[in-house]
Amino acid sequence: MNSVILRAGTRYLAGLLLLFSLYMLIRGHNEPGGGFIGGLIGSTGFVLFAVACGTADARRALRTSPQNIAVAGLGIALLAGLAAALFGDSFLTGQWLFVGATETTKGLPISTVLVFDIGVYLVVFGSVLTLVFAMEEEI
Amino acid sequence: MSEPTDAPRSGGVVGLLPVALSAVLFAWFMTHTPVIAAAGSLRWEMAWVPALNISLSFLLDGLSLTFALLISGIGALVFLYSNTYLGAHPQFHRFVLFLLSFMLAMLGLVLADNLITLFVFWELTTITSYLLIGFGHETTKGRRSALQALFVTGAGALAMLAGFILLGFVAGSFELSVILTQSEMLKAHPLYVPILILILAGTFTKSAQFPFHFWLPNAMAAPTPVSAFLHSATMVKAGVYLMARLHPGLAGTDMWLWTLTIFGAVTAVIASILALRQTDLKQALAYTTLMALGVLTLFLGQESGYAMTAFATFLVVHSLYKAALFLVVGCMDHATGTREADILGGLARVMPVTAIAAALAAMSMAGFPPFLGFIGKELKYAGALGVASEPVLVVGALLLANALMFAVAGVVALRPFWLPAGGDTPRIPHEAPWPMLMGPVILASLGTLFGIYPDLLERTLVAPTVASLLGTIEDSKALTLWAGVNMPLILSIVTVAAGTVFYVIHRPLRAWLARIIDALPNFDRGWDRFLDGFKTFARWQTRIIQTGVLRQYMFANFATVLVGLGGTMVARQVAVTRPDLTDATWQSVALILLIIGGALVATATSSRIAAMAALGVVGIGVAMIFIVFSAPDVAITQLLVETLVVVLVAVALLRLPTLDAGGKRFRPVDAALGLGVGTVVTLTLLAMLELPLDRRVTDYFEVTSWSEAFGRNIVNVILVDFRALDTFGEIAVVVIAALAAYALLRTTQPLGRGKGKDEP
Repeated sequence: MNSVILRAGTRYLAGLLLLFSLYMLIRGHNEPGGGFIGGLIGSTGFVLFAVACGTADARRALRTSPQNIAVAGLGIALLAGLAAALFGDSFLTGQWLFVGATETTKGLPISTVLVFDIGVYLVVFGSVLTLVFAMEEEI
Repeated sequence: MSEPTDAPRSGGVVGLLPVALSAVLFAWFMTHTPVIAAAGSLRWEMAWVPALNISLSFLLDGLSLTFALLISGIGALVFLYSNTYLGAHPQFHRFVLFLLSFMLAMLGLVLADNLITLFVFWELTTITSYLLIGFGHETTKGRRSALQALFVTGAGALAMLAGFILLGFVAGSFELSVILTQSEMLKAHPLYVPILILILAGTFTKSAQFPFHFWLPNAMAAPTPVSAFLHSATMVKAGVYLMARLHPGLAGTDMWLWTLTIFGAVTAVIASILALRQTDLKQALAYTTLMALGVLTLFLGQESGYAMTAFATFLVVHSLYKAALFLVVGCMDHATGTREADILGGLARVMPVTAIAAALAAMSMAGFPPFLGFIGKELKYAGALGVASEPVLVVGALLLANALMFAVAGVVALRPFWLPAGGDTPRIPHEAPWPMLMGPVILASLGTLFGIYPDLLERTLVAPTVASLLGTIEDSKALTLWAGVNMPLILSIVTVAAGTVFYVIHRPLRAWLARIIDALPNFDRGWDRFLDGFKTFARWQTRIIQTGVLRQYMFANFATVLVGLGGTMVARQVAVTRPDLTDATWQSVALILLIIGGALVATATSSRIAAMAALGVVGIGVAMIFIVFSAPDVAITQLLVETLVVVLVAVALLRLPTLDAGGKRFRPVDAALGLGVGTVVTLTLLAMLELPLDRRVTDYFEVTSWSEAFGRNIVNVILVDFRALDTFGEIAVVVIAALAAYALLRTTQPLGRGKGKDEP
């Protein structure tokens, strides 16, 4: 597809979508969102990019192959699950750390659950892009 | 296999490590002989899967110690031998890894006290032996033999696993030491017969009993050290070991007695006839191994002290002389480049050490005094005479088998060394290097030593083995060279006489046998026919089921849903009342009309773009329903997936023909199926609405999602915390699916691939 308007618009849209996907990922625990939705939104950003500028450019922009991202995501999720073993809990038990928590406020929660969700994000992101890029290139 | 080379090169440190390891293991097992000889036993246990009653438990008693010593001892010698024999092979390291894994698996098998642990080790020996037989994988024969051994023993093992599970449930434990104390209960149990059949299916295939015997001679495609180790002393004896192990618990019924006696006797006789027919020395030895396995099985059918002593003694005798002879044949092959009995001759002059080792081992095999083989043979006859029901038949079978084995011993060890050669060998013969001589010499000398001092073997191994079979050491019979003139001695003399006759006439006999055997149905060829038939069947059913037409797969899926759901509703007589529509709002009515409209357009249109857009309308309609019922996460996901589907289909559209290219505008069967599935699903949903809503799970998550998982979005908390393992499984599936689709897209070459690549 060769459209100047789409290409020009994509520059902003793709970046916005990526940013929005991270926002969805982070807020997921308390508001609608999460790794799965975040990954889907993030991938639409790159899908748009691929449609507008071609998969070659999209692959370059991604810097690594989407398969690697998907597999890395699976690995991160696995590590997040295994981390529970360090604290003597069984596989995938969430571990929490509340940075700066006081009597009244919860502080900044950091957890292996978030790491797990990041893994999910990367898996969905990488898998969708693997499929879309391959479809665009091969068909 | 012509792996031996003229210039033997040692395998280096990698080749020597397993020698040291097996020697250490052998020494470690030796230190336990005093305890075991005092009829004691040792047990180790470690929890593995406590929830399923599976533990890593090991038992060292007379029986397992005998096997462990044979495995580690012969293992050390075979590793030393292979180091020279195969040291120059480019894949020698791989070979060492396979053989070492096999040895450790085999040790685990004979020491395991838990049925499931035993089964795991059993299958490990199956897999490693597959790799070892198929070591010469560049030949069709090697691959075929390996696969045949894997299929036959693997199929038997599966049956055996079923038998183990039944046995475990009946006995209430998977621990052998617990199971075997409940002999009376087991034998009276209605499941005794199925258990026995299933387990014997495993042991008979592993120990190559007739009619599963055909894989073992084929397995000689393996390098000679492998044959010496696996197919004489260890793996094929795993089946015998298991029957011996279960003997205290399952033996003593007519079924056990007759099954083992008949299969054992038939195997022994057929194998010894087939052995005489072979001209390849290794093949001849393979068939005598079958004969030995038959005899061992036959004795395990009995319960008398004589039979058990005969079993224990013959087990050791056979392992010693058979491993020695296999290694000798390997030396000959190495030195001359051939194993053909008709060519080899006069080797005693150039290979004196090999010749002497061969002679010692062969005399033990033939059963001459003062070798251990003689004692073994006397005991065999004594045991056979003690057979309760049909002593004449059993003795007759044994006599024939022993006489034929006597003749084969002559063919293997007398002719090639001491008689004139029948032709020129491919290589100039030379004596084998010392690492290759160690094995045959030590093993053959042990056979002589134990023959002269049978007491040595009796106290340390034979009596404890009998004790683990019969429960008491008292029943073990004495091992003596001279027991006076009695029936066994007379039978021995008859054996030697008949064996000499067989040896003298073995050439005309062989020609005659070859004619007869070729005329008879051949199990090996039968196996090929079976496999071919199986492949034809597989092709046929693949053609029927895997049509490659997506529409037919979808049809099958939806038809299954229709029959499953509809059938259940009819069978359970689910009554569906008309839903109450009075509180329907105009929004929901509009949404539903939108969805129905989209679905109708999608079915009616012949343009793919229109169909896709219409399906998109349906999808968005469903997403809006989610929003109406406040499930934003699901709605967002649905919308995003719809978007991505549009992209994917749009890409694929370029390549697809228009819908209904065949000109069929109306498909009544598809329409009926679609309507049917829709109706049934709707009815199911309505029926579910009539049940009171169980809010226990919802309430639980509403309460705990904040207090325990610190999240307010229940959907997400369930996904990443409460049900994280499910999610982990799902994302693994996503990755696998993406990679598989990627591989498929990359490898299939659609029409005009080159053109497709250039297009945007």
